[in-house]
Amino acid sequence: MTGDVYVVVEHWNGTIAEVSFELLGLGRQLAQASGGKLHALVLGPEAKEVAAACGAADVTICVEHDALAGFSPEAHITQLAAILKDRSPAFTLVSNTSKGMDVAPALAVALKVPVVTNVAAVAVNDGAIVATSQLYGGKIAVEAELAGGRAVLSLLAGAFPADHGKSAGAGAIETVVPAAQLGGSRVAFKRLIEAEASDVDISKQEILVTVGRGIQDKDNLPVVQELADALGCPLCASRPLVDAGWLPKSRQVGKSGVTVKPKIYLAIGLSGAPEHVQGMKDATTIIAVNSDPKAPIFDVAHFGVVADLFDVVPALTEKVRELRG
Amino acid sequence: MHIVVPLKQSPDLVEELEVNAEGNDIDRQGLKLQVSEWDEQALEEALCLKEASGANVTAITADWGGADLVLFTALAKGADRALKLVGDFSTTMLDNHRLARALASTVEQLGANLVLTGVQSVEDLDGQIPVLLAAMLGWPHVSVVTGVELTADAAQVKQEHSGGLVAELEVKLPAVLGVQAARRAPRYAPVSKVRQMQKGAKLEQLSVAAQDAGSGLKVRRVFKPQVAARAEILEGTAEEIAAKLLAVLRERGLSL
Ligand SMILES: Cc1cc2nc3c(=O)[nH]c(=O)nc-3n(C[C@H](O)[C@H](O)[C@H](O)COP(=O)(O)OP(=O)(O)OC[C@H]3O[C@@H](n4cnc5c(N)ncnc54)[C@H](O)[C@@H]3O)c2cc1C
Repeated sequence: MTGDVYVVVEHWNGTIAEVSFELLGLGRQLAQASGGKLHALVLGPEAKEVAAACGAADVTICVEHDALAGFSPEAHITQLAAILKDRSPAFTLVSNTSKGMDVAPALAVALKVPVVTNVAAVAVNDGAIVATSQLYGGKIAVEAELAGGRAVLSLLAGAFPADHGKSAGAGAIETVVPAAQLGGSRVAFKRLIEAEASDVDISKQEILVTVGRGIQDKDNLPVVQELADALGCPLCASRPLVDAGWLPKSRQVGKSGVTVKPKIYLAIGLSGAPEHVQGMKDATTIIAVNSDPKAPIFDVAHFGVVADLFDVVPALTEKVRELRG
Repeated sequence: MHIVVPLKQSPDLVEELEVNAEGNDIDRQGLKLQVSEWDEQALEEALCLKEASGANVTAITADWGGADLVLFTALAKGADRALKLVGDFSTTMLDNHRLARALASTVEQLGANLVLTGVQSVEDLDGQIPVLLAAMLGWPHVSVVTGVELTADAAQVKQEHSGGLVAELEVKLPAVLGVQAARRAPRYAPVSKVRQMQKGAKLEQLSVAAQDAGSGLKVRRVFKPQVAARAEILEGTAEEIAAKLLAVLRERGLSL
C-alpha cells in the first residue's frame, strides 16, 4: 500500500469537467496528509489534450483507445481497474456524476476495497480514513471509517473548492498501453445527443423562481407561475416535476439539469437535495420558502420563510404587482 | 425475456428522521417506509417493456417493512411474479454490499436477462445497488438510465449526464440498468386491484443465506447536520412576510 492518490478525471470530447478540479484540489490535500503523490487518470482519444489542464497532479496518466471514446461504463472500469490493481493507492477519487455513479462501486468491487458514496468531507485520523456522507436527501450525515486504509470515494460535486485543483504547472505525463480486454466490452457508446434548444436559457437570468414537489399538483402551478410572471422571470423546477412532464427539461435546475448563478434565486417548496443544491448554490441571494423548518434548503439559503407556500406566494405576488402597477 | 425488478423499501423523507440512541444509524423503530422512488420508476419501465414486447416481469423485495403489500401492489400493476427474500437483513440497512449479494444469488437462480432497479436510494452509503449487483454478477451495467429499448440480445439505452446531455449506449444482455426515470410517470394501482391480489395471488419466497462480506465500512457516527445555520428566517403573517421578502428582493438587486 502506498499513500498515493488517484483522481479519475472527467471530460467530454476533451473538455475537462469543472468537478475534476474539485477532486484534484482534495487529492492534493490527501496526498500531503498521507505522504503520497497525486495522480490524474485521463481516458479517451483526447486524453493528451485534457492532461494539459491537470497541472495540479504530480503525474497524469493518459490512455488513448477508441473503446474509451465517449463513455462506456464497462470499458472505463476495465481500464481503470487494470491500472490501479497493482498500484494499490490509498485513495481513488471519483465524482458523484452519472459517470462516477457507474465507476465508483464497480471499481471498488474489482479492486476489493471499500467504497463510500455521497461524500462531502474526508479526514485522515491516526491513519484511519474517515469519510462523511450526506444521505437522506442531505438530512442526515454519516461518518464512516474505512478498514484497511484504502478506499474509493465518490464525492459530491460542489463540496470541495475547485480553485485548489487548478494549476498552471505541468506534471509528468505517463502514457499507459490500453488494457487488452477493452476490445471485448459489452457496452458500446453510440453517440451523444445535445440538449434540446429551449425558449429561455435559465443560466443567463438575473432572477429565477424554482418550484419543487411542495406544489403537490400540476393544477397548482399557476400559484408560482404568477409570481414568476410578476417578477418577469422564467419558472424553473426540481427534477421530479420535470420527470412528471409538468415543466420542460430546459427548466430543470441541478446535477442533471442546468447550473444557475442568478442574482436572486427563489426556492419554493423544494427540500434542497444535494442533486438540486449542486446546481444553484452559487446564486448571489437564495431565498427559500418551505413548511419544514428542518429542510436542508435552509442550509444554503440566505433568507428563509418557514410557512405554507400557498399562503406566502400569493401574498408576495400581490405585493410585486402593486409595486409594478 | 425475463426482467427482474428489485424493489427496496427506504424511509419516506416526508417524515422527520431521528438518530438512534447509539448514534450509529437512524432510528428505525416505527419508521415509515416506502418503495424507493427510483425503484418505482424501474418497475414502470419494466412494465412498459412488457407491454411493448411481451417480457415477463418478476418483482422482488427483501422481507422487511411492508414487503407483502409492496409485492401485491407490483402484481396489481402488472408484474407476473412476486418474490419475497427471507433471511436476516438486520445488517443490510446501511450496507448495500450485503443486500446486493443477496440479490445477486437470487437473480442467478431466477435466470434473468435483464435487471431494472432504481439508480439510487436515499440511503446509499457504500455504492448504489444496480452497480454493486452488476459487479457481483459480472454483468455490464449502465446507471442514470432514462430510456430502454430491447432487441433479442441487447438493450438500447439512454444515459443522462450533467447539463442535459444524453448518451446512447448499446448493452449486451444479460445486464443491469439503474433507472433514473421511466418513459412515463409510474402507474397507480387501484386499491381494489391490490385487495384482489391480496386475496387471490400468491407470493413466492426464497431464503437467502446470511451474507458475510459486507461494505468494509464502520459507521462511526450518524448525525443531523446543522440546518438553518445560514438562513436568516423571516417571520410574521403571510402579509408581513411578503413585505419583508419584497424588501429583500429590492435590496438584492430586483429593479421594479
Ligand atoms: C442521478 C440523479 C440526478 C438528479 N438530478 C437532479 C437535478 O438536476 N435537479 C433536481 O432538482 N433533482 C435532481 N435529482 C433528484 C433529487 O435527488 C431529489 O429527488 C429532488 O431534488 C427532490 O425534489 P423536491 O425538492 O422538489 O422534492 P422533495 O424532496 O419531495 O421536497 C419537497 C419539499 O416541499 C416542502 N413542502 C411540502 N408542502 C409544502 C407547502 N405547502 N409549502 C411549502 N413547502 C412545502 C416539503 O417540506 C419538502 O421539503 C437527481 C437524482 C438523481 C439520482
